[in-house]
Amino acid sequence: MYKKRKLGRGVAMVGAGMSKFDMFNDKDSKDLFVEAYIQMNASVDKGLDPEDIDALYLGNFTNDFFVQQSHWGAILSDSLGLVPKPATRTEGACASSALAFREGVFAIASGFYDVVLIGGVEDMSKRSTEEVAEGLALAASPYERKAGLTFPGVFAAIATAYFEKYGASREHLMNVTIKSHDNAPLNPKAQFNLAIRDMMAAKVKRAKSQGKAVPDWIDEKDFLRDERANPPIAWPMHLFDCCPISDGAACILLVAEEIANRFTDTPLHVVGLGQGSGRALHSADDLTYFEATRHAAKEAYDMSGLTPKDIQFAEVHDCFSIAEILHIEDLGFFAPGEGHKAVEEGLTRLDGPMPINTSGGLKCKGHPVGATGAAQLIEVWEQLRDKAGRRRVPKSDLRIGAAHNLGGTGGTCTFTILERR
Amino acid sequence: MAENPINDYGFEQFLNEGKLMGSKCNGCETLYVPPRSLCPGCRQSEMEWAETAGEGRLAAFTSISIGTPAMIKEGYDRNNPYCSGVVELVEGARVVARIEGIDSMHPETVEVGMPLRVKFLNQGTDDDRGTVLAFSPIEE
Repeated sequence: MYKKRKLGRGVAMVGAGMSKFDMFNDKDSKDLFVEAYIQMNASVDKGLDPEDIDALYLGNFTNDFFVQQSHWGAILSDSLGLVPKPATRTEGACASSALAFREGVFAIASGFYDVVLIGGVEDMSKRSTEEVAEGLALAASPYERKAGLTFPGVFAAIATAYFEKYGASREHLMNVTIKSHDNAPLNPKAQFNLAIRDMMAAKVKRAKSQGKAVPDWIDEKDFLRDERANPPIAWPMHLFDCCPISDGAACILLVAEEIANRFTDTPLHVVGLGQGSGRALHSADDLTYFEATRHAAKEAYDMSGLTPKDIQFAEVHDCFSIAEILHIEDLGFFAPGEGHKAVEEGLTRLDGPMPINTSGGLKCKGHPVGATGAAQLIEVWEQLRDKAGRRRVPKSDLRIGAAHNLGGTGGTCTFTILERR
Repeated sequence: MAENPINDYGFEQFLNEGKLMGSKCNGCETLYVPPRSLCPGCRQSEMEWAETAGEGRLAAFTSISIGTPAMIKEGYDRNNPYCSGVVELVEGARVVARIEGIDSMHPETVEVGMPLRVKFLNQGTDDDRGTVLAFSPIEE
């Protein structure tokens, strides 16, 4: 039976750090996680004695496939000098570190631990693009692979169903991409740091200097319509609809609420937690929403007593542009079928009423899959603690933010609401 | 028919024979394609095989330029994309399948909702994927 959830005792986030997201040929996910940990440590206002860390929960999708190395919880625990404290790896495809976060929360809420480190890592760029695609496809259903569906292909099919039902088109997806690229240059951790307009200018300049034909794009959408600049991957998903291949790590310190003031005077409280599971593409009730996200959202809203209107900004799992449109509907920020219009009207821009993916999203910040869930929560942390610099959401009393993480083709979805009191 | 196990192995055996089969729940009569051995609605496992008419309509699709390793091996690429999609069968169940006979170079001209009929690719060959489920437009 469905019931309203609550924690056995309150849990607070008191530290957060992440590596830069990029493709690194001289760093593996161990190096990146150490980097994230050091930054997390530095972020704890009143300091952290590593001896106080009770346990590590680490999200990692498939180091097994990408670098032929498993057992990454204990091995990274050793890298941080936490041995012999317990370490547990969680796996939920691209939602792996949101699951680590939840396990950390539960461990503290149960009273078993007081101080827990959670994080996520992925090291993807050491394999070819085809191999990475194959690795990600491990999280799809076997029927999809046999039908020739790739990951972009599944989301592309979802897009055509959405287009058909709501009269949307590729042009609407372009608005998501343009918005993400506008936010990313404001995030120093982001893999891509150019707005589409700046990228166009750079390409024009290069063409001129090389004496080549100079492109005559009239605006960003004209650029995105140009198949030479933005080739199809799985129509209607083109290159700029898809998140990149990334390496990166993210690290968060969770503590029992009752001891949070030992670490900081401005902790973030975990007020809403939700997780749901979804079905394979062919057996979904409807192709235009994610059942798992709707369930996760209901759980998190019910637990927190909040409604979508109370969420001041959110990070959502935009692995593909169409996904962002579905999520902002499934999370209740906009009615079903209205998401594409909201993006077109600029409502989800940084200066809009409901800023979405202020970090640049997976599209531009990067998507080292096992690190993404934790990194999304770090964006919420930076916004709510006024550390987001030039990309700070321009609202006067920023108190409540949320993050939505999706694994596979919607098989695992989480929604987490954080509050600064 | 009774000899095929109600699972993916049995489903594949029927595909090899040119039959698109599903499992029907003895409790609620819901048809599942591919088959399920446990009805998620009734949560019981009294299931039996049922053959579909092999017809449906296109519910969603994509034209894939960067394909799966198996499709790349078949010669599909950016200059020769292929289509896959979701087909809603006349019986109500949906399946994922290859979609043939539609213009993969001009996917914007393809209409979601168009009627399709089943076909079986690589039937009887030694392709290690076995028979691949596909659909193509019904010629009016």
